[in-house]
Amino acid sequence: MPTTSRDAILLLEDGNVFYGKAFGKIGTTAGEICFNTGMTGYQEVFTDPSYTGQVLIMNNVHIGNYGVKITDVESDSIKIKALISRNLENNFSRFLADDSLDNFLLKNHITAIDNVDTRALVSHIRAKGAMNCIVSSEILDVDQLKTLLSQCPNMDGLELASTVSTEKEYELGDPKSQLKVSVLDFGVKKNILNCLVERGVHVRVHPAKTPLARLKEFNPNGYFISNGPGDPASMPYAIETVKGILSENKPLFGICLGHQLLALANGIPTYKMHHGHRGLNHPVKNLLTGICEITTQNHGFGVDAKAVLNNENIEVTHINLNDESIEGIRLKDKPAFSVQYHPEATPGPHDSRYLFDDFLKLMQN
Amino acid sequence: MPKDNSIKSVLIIGSGPIIIGQACEFDYSGTQAARSLREEGVKVILINSNPATIMTDPMMADRVYLLPLTVESIEQILQENQIDAVLPTMGGQTALNLCKEADEQGIWEKYNCRMIGVDVAAIDTAEDREKFRQLMVKIGIAVAPSHVANSFLEGKEFAQKIGFPLVIRPSFTLGGTGGGFVHTKDDLDAALERGLKASPIHEVLVEKAVLGWKEYELELLRDKNDNVVIICTVENLDPMGVHTGDSITVAPAMTLSDTAFQDMRNKAMLMMRSLGNFQGGCNVQFAMNPETEELIAVEINPRVSRSSALASKATGYPIAKIAAKLAIGYSLDELKNQITKTTSAYFEPALDYVIVKIPRWNFDKFKGANDTLGLQMKSVGEVMAIGRSFNEALQKACVSLENDAIGLGYYGKSMMKSEEIVEYIKTPKWDRIFRIKDALMQGSTVKSIAQATGIDRWFLYQIQKLCVIEKEIAHHRLETLPDDLLKDAKKNGFSDAQIAKVLQGNCSDDEVFEKRKKLGITRVYKMVDTCSAEFEAKTPYFYSTFEN
Repeated sequence: MPTTSRDAILLLEDGNVFYGKAFGKIGTTAGEICFNTGMTGYQEVFTDPSYTGQVLIMNNVHIGNYGVKITDVESDSIKIKALISRNLENNFSRFLADDSLDNFLLKNHITAIDNVDTRALVSHIRAKGAMNCIVSSEILDVDQLKTLLSQCPNMDGLELASTVSTEKEYELGDPKSQLKVSVLDFGVKKNILNCLVERGVHVRVHPAKTPLARLKEFNPNGYFISNGPGDPASMPYAIETVKGILSENKPLFGICLGHQLLALANGIPTYKMHHGHRGLNHPVKNLLTGICEITTQNHGFGVDAKAVLNNENIEVTHINLNDESIEGIRLKDKPAFSVQYHPEATPGPHDSRYLFDDFLKLMQN
Repeated sequence: MPKDNSIKSVLIIGSGPIIIGQACEFDYSGTQAARSLREEGVKVILINSNPATIMTDPMMADRVYLLPLTVESIEQILQENQIDAVLPTMGGQTALNLCKEADEQGIWEKYNCRMIGVDVAAIDTAEDREKFRQLMVKIGIAVAPSHVANSFLEGKEFAQKIGFPLVIRPSFTLGGTGGGFVHTKDDLDAALERGLKASPIHEVLVEKAVLGWKEYELELLRDKNDNVVIICTVENLDPMGVHTGDSITVAPAMTLSDTAFQDMRNKAMLMMRSLGNFQGGCNVQFAMNPETEELIAVEINPRVSRSSALASKATGYPIAKIAAKLAIGYSLDELKNQITKTTSAYFEPALDYVIVKIPRWNFDKFKGANDTLGLQMKSVGEVMAIGRSFNEALQKACVSLENDAIGLGYYGKSMMKSEEIVEYIKTPKWDRIFRIKDALMQGSTVKSIAQATGIDRWFLYQIQKLCVIEKEIAHHRLETLPDDLLKDAKKNGFSDAQIAKVLQGNCSDDEVFEKRKKLGITRVYKMVDTCSAEFEAKTPYFYSTFEN
């Protein structure tokens, strides 16, 4: 019970302080604060490499109820920097679970703060926008934390993708498959690769800074540009690679950061959003079919809508029904398309998995 | 493509008298639908035999008929009015059955009145257990093994094949009337006889009982473009075996992983899409094996229901209001979220609080009635509470029951020892939640209670937390009560009266209130906004809670 546990503190860049109780590792961590409104799938969210560098608020009030399961992950470790919640649960009930949330956080050296008025905090972030913050369960002196927080880098302009990309190439799927995809890994989620492999694709996953020549050596039928953390505009090396891929005239599919990189490669700027989209309930309309889909989202940067609409070579395929932001594009002169959201979901609704089938069809044609 | 302009007038069928199993929730949905249609300039004509409803207030509809819910009445209304369409999904099973009866007699066709929001085939499939089973088999969704019987002998024969425990479900009845569980041969005869008699078509389903499996409900909305959203997921605290209307239910689902939930979501959507071509609300129920997470479809209701009324209040998403708009041709992406007013109605609400519903029984007014809970709904009402934790919502709901309960403590006199209680709670009764807390107070383990009741351990761990707090409070007098403990108690839904009662010495709830007021432990108000604070909401709907 919190009555016996130790205090913890959350300090925001704008000076606001929230108090709570320690959970997970006793420590101090800084990062950019963001919130996720999903009501299931905390383990998949925590291990999603796109959350690298971020301190995450879970809006759902009970987290940890069903423990953790070794297979319900998007990478092999927790990627969020710290966790903020209202009620973190030690006791779980899922028969298929392998461990408790507390142990999972401890094993991954993650500091969490429990018992926080997360609704007040989220309302504040919604109004003031994304900012850096620091969480500590060992230093309760605000001035000392302010000094530490000032050393935390700003997300705007930060290149993080190469830090979570694979160091070595690896392959997945059936080596005899007729369909081969070169994946450019900027922190790819496991289930994106699963979605390709399940459809019979043989993938080779490459480190972020792999040159085009090496990607071509696999002799792929198509290229996949992955999701990942950080500011896409700070990745000139990746933009160059995507431009190179486009000149190959082979199918290209990009998700999230991959979508932003495809935009940048076509001269469309990206921007830092006020507080991003993170959750499992974002409404998207497919303008090609007229059908809507509930999507999983996790992005703090977006592509400039005006520049997209003014580009004659780009067709908007998907829009967000809440704020009309651009959710999907395709090139008119090349077999290349991308979406801002996460069709693999995990966690989240499976409404958009047809996009992987679309990618396959494009490669088979 | 916005609304269908050929629909200028709509007949809404109400649900008739308030009975156990079908209460004022349909007044709520009928009222919402009437308002929603009139907002669109559609003329609303309403029939209900129950004048003690909001929907029959003269200002709710353009014309209100207080007539018996019969085909004759419908025909009279159709003769007297030019009606383009009938919306039968707002008045529960009563309205659907009446609509179907009128359809069989060719009344709708005769007066050129379309049925909107549902189709007859969908009603048939959803209500006819055998058709439902066949559809599920066809689309590859598991159901409990079962056989339809139209005679006593047939029923006996199937029962022998399937084996006990069994559940006997009569077709086309309300609130599970006439159904029941059967554990022995002796019970079987009586249950078959009762069930066949209760069914208007003399038909029962003899089904394998999945007692102890976890029970979930999903509330869905679909539009004419086949866009489907899940508005709410409700978890029954009481496992399979207790009618949903008699179960304590919690929203959002508390113990579901994303893998398990997405499996359920995919299956619910497939079921709704396979059921026929209709636009509106739908409720799907599943049973889940807690050990393997295997799912069985229990039922599907192609209409707004008791649970959708609860889901509307739980999420802020007005299901009946939107369902009525979908029935006259709107698609979800054309409508706005009624709470934020700026975002889309095509989305799935996210909650940053917990809802607990507890049924209210009146067994003291029905002396001699069997108070064991089962297939047939026995509660006469329900309370719903909102909190920033399960415990807070649970205790607030207990206080709202307006019986002698003070929170989850001190309800009725339990002189039983812990082993006796664990034995007692094996049979679900109205006081089970209170006795579970008694057993935990006396030191029974979560494991033994989970085994006795089939209730998910997570809920029991939460109630155990309440016991720990209560025991700590009991060590103190008001003067020595630590601030942090008081704050914790309030966050866990302890009322001032409950704290006063637990504390040593004589103290009143006013004194507890004064103490916490001095300490600044006072209520804050949070908004039900459908979106977990992601967007600014324009419609005020608040609940109270305690924060740091």
